[in-house]
Amino acid sequence: MSSRTLYDKVWNFHQVKELPGGSTQLFIGLHLIHEVTSPQAFSALNEKKLGVKFPNLTVATVDHIVPTSNQQRPFSDPLAEEMLATLEKNCKTHKIKFHGIGSDSQGVVHVMAPELGLTQPGMTVACGDSHTSTHGAFGAIAFGIGTSQVRDVLASQSLAMNKLKVRRIWVEGELQKGVYAKDLILHIIRHLGVKGGVGFAYEFAGPAIEKLSMEGRMTICNMAIEGGARCGYINPDETTFEYIKGKEHAPKGKEWDKAISWWKSLASDSKATFDDEIQLDGSSIEPTVTWGITPGQGISIKETIPNPDLLPKNEQQIAKDACKYMNLKPDEPIEGQSIDVCFIGSCTNGRLSDLQEASKIVKGNTVAAGIRAFVVPGSQKVAKEAKEKGLDKIFLKAGFEWREPGCSMCLAMNPDKLEGRQISASSSNRNFKGRQGSANGRTLLMSPAMVAAAAINGKVTDVRKFLQK
Amino acid sequence: MNQKFPKGEIKSIQGRSFTIKGDDIDTDRIIPARFLKCVSFSALGEQVFADDRKELKGNHPFDLDHNKGANILIVNDNFGCGSSREHAPQALMRWGIRLIIGESFAEIFFGNCLALGIPCLTASKEEIVKLQNLVEKDNNQIWEFNLKNLSISNQKETVKLILDEGPYKMLYSGKWDATSQLLDEEEKINKTFKNLPYLNNFKQEI
Repeated sequence: MSSRTLYDKVWNFHQVKELPGGSTQLFIGLHLIHEVTSPQAFSALNEKKLGVKFPNLTVATVDHIVPTSNQQRPFSDPLAEEMLATLEKNCKTHKIKFHGIGSDSQGVVHVMAPELGLTQPGMTVACGDSHTSTHGAFGAIAFGIGTSQVRDVLASQSLAMNKLKVRRIWVEGELQKGVYAKDLILHIIRHLGVKGGVGFAYEFAGPAIEKLSMEGRMTICNMAIEGGARCGYINPDETTFEYIKGKEHAPKGKEWDKAISWWKSLASDSKATFDDEIQLDGSSIEPTVTWGITPGQGISIKETIPNPDLLPKNEQQIAKDACKYMNLKPDEPIEGQSIDVCFIGSCTNGRLSDLQEASKIVKGNTVAAGIRAFVVPGSQKVAKEAKEKGLDKIFLKAGFEWREPGCSMCLAMNPDKLEGRQISASSSNRNFKGRQGSANGRTLLMSPAMVAAAAINGKVTDVRKFLQK
Repeated sequence: MNQKFPKGEIKSIQGRSFTIKGDDIDTDRIIPARFLKCVSFSALGEQVFADDRKELKGNHPFDLDHNKGANILIVNDNFGCGSSREHAPQALMRWGIRLIIGESFAEIFFGNCLALGIPCLTASKEEIVKLQNLVEKDNNQIWEFNLKNLSISNQKETVKLILDEGPYKMLYSGKWDATSQLLDEEEKINKTFKNLPYLNNFKQEI
């Protein structure tokens, strides 16, 4: 009986050849590009007088630099406009499909590609963006690459890669009410560390994972990279097939049945051997919030800011730096910490179900005085569906701003930025120093529902209090 | 920048060195996102560690006079974590860095550096601390990195370094710029394409 993981099987299908250095030339089945990491790759291609080998296997959108308040062209920021115009030109020259501004399929690259059915089980997916791990939720090997590698994929549809080890993270039980995929992945990163996954692909499995929707699974895989794992994946199952069915690029008719049987064959074998295995109980996880400057510095809503001196030695220095930067005192509770800005969006948590869960908290309430709160749908499709369900009105009525799709304040390469020492409750993925656009701005990562609760109360709040009402 | 960008075989690197201390230094710190608004990498050298440098008002290692012209950087654990932006190694390279030695590196950052011909080598925490102390004792010493011996030395002291076989071979042979290698066997690329069910109507006989 075979004892291979999904990672082994998908890897084997895509092996082109062994390279002299010992790495593998790996075929890339789906290449996604955006405006930030592709222009220099196209320039390099031109310098080398090379073309794009399989233009049909690259798909482009624009997300990082787009303003979310007014998307009229030309953008008011000339640099942003230049980046978009460059991508438009490159796509046109090389006959690459571009889901640009004005298209109903534009959006954050890791939100729009799954929506179109582009992401499917068994693929290799690469993109010049570390959160490409998101697509592993479908049972694909998906990983972020640098610009030189974007050039290589454009030129050869392949990359020189070293095979990773596989660590299975088995999650028993079921997430409790008020606890979401975001809490689970923050909990995992807290316990395995921000570099625990270096050299590994993470296979997320077990009852708690199987019960997650595709959107929840994408949240989990999205943040594998925050735990150091370049690639995270979940075995495809009925939930996966149900999500893909009927999407624009999904297999149709007879092909659909063939596709399902192939996809099913890719799941890790029941006797698969893993390089490492970890088990945890999903039922005992509580809403989780980061307090520090790495995504690994998370605690449950019921805990207090850790005392750096009591942490393991290798965590002490960064914990001290974090306390100082965040202006948080050891042993203080995280619940009740006041905030200035609330951001719901990003490739981690900008999907319809994220907005739905947050809207349940917001409905009938009002954003606390002095808080700036805004919702940025992950894509045009998310925005449209949310509006059809009246979510925009719920948020607007409560005092949230309702914006146009883009990466927004996750990384602040656009007008959405923290100012000065402002502190945000954010549904995004990184709480690094300066990440949200102010060199000394501060970020608390949490689930979209927790961000909504924080907006209403003006401080970090246990979302379960709203759900009991 | 005075030095030429890396080219061909990289078997040795000579020069002065300095340290950036701290674990988990992410690529947002190496190059903040606002500097990613560009269609060329050319201006990034001056923007490396922009926010940290501003905060330290001229006292950041990348601003200190005696570090000007140095080309070897000694760092700590999980350097280059976070975003995949190649802008980070590009900024370091365009400032003048040609070699990075640390306790460990984030995977995407390591690969991005290799693709530019900038070796990233590791050593144990103890060895890195020892090396950082040696480097800081005298900013003017010339260090010599030798790929074949996997070591860096200032004539008196030598620190052994670690590098996997794959990147070692790529640097040694000069084949770290992967594009031409990847294009060598077009037929095999096409064959792989034709054998992928999802690119061929999910044909069963595959």
